[in-house]
Amino acid sequence: MNDATPINAKERYSAGVMEYKKMGYWEPDYQPKPTDVIALFRVTPQEGVDPEEASAAIAGESSTATWTVVWTDRLTACDKYRAKCYRVDPVPNAENQYFAWIAYDIDLFEGGSIANLTASIIGNVFGFKAVKALRLEDMHIPVAYLKTFQGPATGIVVERERMDKFGRPLLGATTKPKLGLSGRNYGRVVYEGLKGGLDFMKDDENINSQPFMHARDRFLYVMEAVNKAQAATGEVKGHYLNVTAGTMEEMYARAEFAKELGSIIIMIDLVIGYTAIQSMAIWARKNDMILHLHRAGNSTYSRQKNHGMNFRVICKWMRMAGVDHLHAGTVVGKLEGDPLMIKGFYDTLREDHVPQSLETGIFFEQDWASLNKVMPVASGGIHAGQMHQLIHYLGEDCVLQFGGGTIGHPQGIQAGATANRVALECMIQARNEGRDYLNEGPEILQAAARWCGPLRAALETWKDISFNYESTDTADFVPTATAA
Amino acid sequence: MRVTQGTFSFLPDFTDEQITAQAQYCLDNKWAVNLEYTDDPHPRNTYWEMWGIPMFDIPDAAGVMMELAACRKIHAGSKYIRLTAFDATHGWESIRLSFITDRPINEPGFMIERQERGGRNMAYTTRAYIADKPEGERYTG
Repeated sequence: MNDATPINAKERYSAGVMEYKKMGYWEPDYQPKPTDVIALFRVTPQEGVDPEEASAAIAGESSTATWTVVWTDRLTACDKYRAKCYRVDPVPNAENQYFAWIAYDIDLFEGGSIANLTASIIGNVFGFKAVKALRLEDMHIPVAYLKTFQGPATGIVVERERMDKFGRPLLGATTKPKLGLSGRNYGRVVYEGLKGGLDFMKDDENINSQPFMHARDRFLYVMEAVNKAQAATGEVKGHYLNVTAGTMEEMYARAEFAKELGSIIIMIDLVIGYTAIQSMAIWARKNDMILHLHRAGNSTYSRQKNHGMNFRVICKWMRMAGVDHLHAGTVVGKLEGDPLMIKGFYDTLREDHVPQSLETGIFFEQDWASLNKVMPVASGGIHAGQMHQLIHYLGEDCVLQFGGGTIGHPQGIQAGATANRVALECMIQARNEGRDYLNEGPEILQAAARWCGPLRAALETWKDISFNYESTDTADFVPTATAA
Repeated sequence: MRVTQGTFSFLPDFTDEQITAQAQYCLDNKWAVNLEYTDDPHPRNTYWEMWGIPMFDIPDAAGVMMELAACRKIHAGSKYIRLTAFDATHGWESIRLSFITDRPINEPGFMIERQERGGRNMAYTTRAYIADKPEGERYTG
């Protein structure tokens, strides 16, 4: 328990300005309670600011403090409500950066509200002058607080049961071009992709209801395509209908229309906000709908290492908020993603218990207490020739989305879809047979390409395409690091 | 048409050796393997008939293949047969792998029925052509 440094009340509460450290926001002896919410920040103090004072200030500004002493603190159990920074370590191999561990009492937060949690944790503090930059790296959410959230509307297991698809990643593609197609032409792309062998097609993040194609028109043509492809293959098929709109009223209206048409899945964008996401998750649970979340906007604050927040925190919040799908990186594709960091994201979305693992960026052990699992989605610059690497890095419980890698196939969209599906199935077969599929991957694909023309053409078209750029978001600890 | 339900339907039909390898993979993961058959290929026909109960305590895929041989003796040609593996682990407690081992020679496919409703709204029904015949009399002729 907390043996707080004894505070002399008379000195502590005399009017004026006082160091945050002395106001009770720095307690190096504090032992976090099992019910505490813990946040880990990367702090870059301004020149001349002591790291512990900067970290205490963050604890203060993200909980009860203001810039000066207020006597009204004494009307409350203020020791309890003060967030407590209890540890500050220099970041390995980084100049003037510090990791600060801050514990928050559970009573500081409203149950079941990401908005309330984030209003404290990433509220005012990021603009605070005493720090040059600030990044929220990770959070520990106590089970007591976790259980106040619904969690994913459907979850990986039930999604698979509804889709009747097991033992392999699901396959998807985003309709391209993402803007400009009429409803009729759009549905054509959807039908071709699904009939060719994909499980899902997808609206892109910015396709809502525009002059070239209004939402209702898109929904009608897309559902014609989905149902026709289902009859053509005997398989359950789906298309993520993006219901993102300017108001909740309009989002609900679009979701209801999707349901009326028999869609099994709808989609929202991260930019609609945490409360809107939670509302849509409740709607999705109630209406037997899978909820896909596109992480539009996240890189504005998750990519740079010194400021903003790490995507693993978004993964945590979105699992709590209740989405079923979340784009979480490809490792080998065109978008940002260090393999170890991506593993940390995928574990956070999919595992029931995530141990501390500094090399994958997981600072805190997290018990998910049977909250449903989120299906990670790998999308952006991936193609059939990388199938062995994708399965190796991402595992089988994910959606692999080949947009350009399907629609850009030289023999057409159906052929592109078939190439991806054959590549996937032959790789899963090889993996299950115990083959060293990561190293033998190219041969396994070539063997299938001998009887599958579309796969042959895909491998030929994209044979050497890769995106080998250095990641900006990497681990601060080498794999041998142990937890302190 | 070819019904492409199951994990490996886009690959050429598996040989017995290939089925054995997949069954052994399931058993090595401590999953219980089950055989199921049906002559109703509708994509939402969840409950295929069970060939006995799941094989909870068989360590060797040879045992699964013996059951498959017995199942085939009665149903091959007139039914779809699939191999399904159940994982009882907490947090999953469902199927981990499911693939078709046998299918009828001719697969007539599905009719899509469109019921025109208000506006341009459409209600869709997927109906297997073969489902017009009673169960047990499909794919027999």
